[in-house]
Amino acid sequence: MDVLRIGKFEVTNRLFVGTGKYATYELMQQALAASACQVVTVAVRRERLVDKEGRSLLDFLDLGKYIILPNTAGCFTADDAIRVSLLGRDLLEKQGNKGAGWVKLEVLGDKKTLLPDPVGTLEATKELVKEGFAVLAYTSDDPRSAVRIKEAGAASVMPAGSPIGSGQGILNPLNISLCLELLKENDRGFPVIVDAGVGTASDVTIAMELGADGVLLNTGIAHAKDPVKMATAMRHALDAGRLAYQSGRIPKKRYATASSPFEGVISHIPGE
Amino acid sequence: MLIKVNGQDKDVPEGTSILSLLDAFKLTPDKVAVELNRRLVKTALYGNALKSGDQVEIVTFVGGG
Repeated sequence: MDVLRIGKFEVTNRLFVGTGKYATYELMQQALAASACQVVTVAVRRERLVDKEGRSLLDFLDLGKYIILPNTAGCFTADDAIRVSLLGRDLLEKQGNKGAGWVKLEVLGDKKTLLPDPVGTLEATKELVKEGFAVLAYTSDDPRSAVRIKEAGAASVMPAGSPIGSGQGILNPLNISLCLELLKENDRGFPVIVDAGVGTASDVTIAMELGADGVLLNTGIAHAKDPVKMATAMRHALDAGRLAYQSGRIPKKRYATASSPFEGVISHIPGE
Repeated sequence: MLIKVNGQDKDVPEGTSILSLLDAFKLTPDKVAVELNRRLVKTALYGNALKSGDQVEIVTFVGGG
């Protein structure tokens, strides 16, 4: 079994799928099932105190089946991210879900780019580690930032392929591979999950081929014309990338190498 | 007394607790998490009486990535 370990958490499916932006909860349920994911992310928000007839996400997630990974999306300071993390953990403890104790940390810089604030992310990571959290920290694809977050005690570093929800895929594969190289130096098992920017299946495959331990995505599935079909594509894309990475790809070469032998050809070869 | 719940001013009777607020909003304590003045409140303490000027946040999970 190809097990991914993040702190005390163990998963066998490396696709982490968000629960936001689906047209209906029923569609979300079908897409999650099609993706075969074990881990789903959720956000922490104020209860609507009017209109409590409205349906709740918790009624549509099988908490016995999925490990819930709460995020701190919408937080722009370390302080707010810590508050949200504590609230999320409390709620998961009450629900008896295995996800109580980990958090997808987002400390963002501004609402337009949703790019991570490196200083706030670092501060929040340190505090949350003290609070006993396994911190999965969303960061840019900057390798030095990634290293600093790991040194601060994060259980996993999650570099972005491109801005959240942008669908631009892996914009800088070199940086992602440098993140992987530096984070896994003398620590091969350190989990690195590419988070954000996935637009289509090949983006997932590229991340996994680079050696990422997993991929987290939401909009790429939720806003596809057919989210259930796209979730299926993402599942296969992840497997394809993982298997290709484990297989060890051939080096890229400038010139062709024939698959059929030249020995014994009956033809005239130009230049010979 | 005046308190703030999820950013909105609420005039509530003396002795109001988080528990009675949840009850009034038809919310189950198990399905929410609560902050009082920016600090997490454990469920066992939901019965404590609130004070005038207290700020309460009642949150739950919504879809997110």
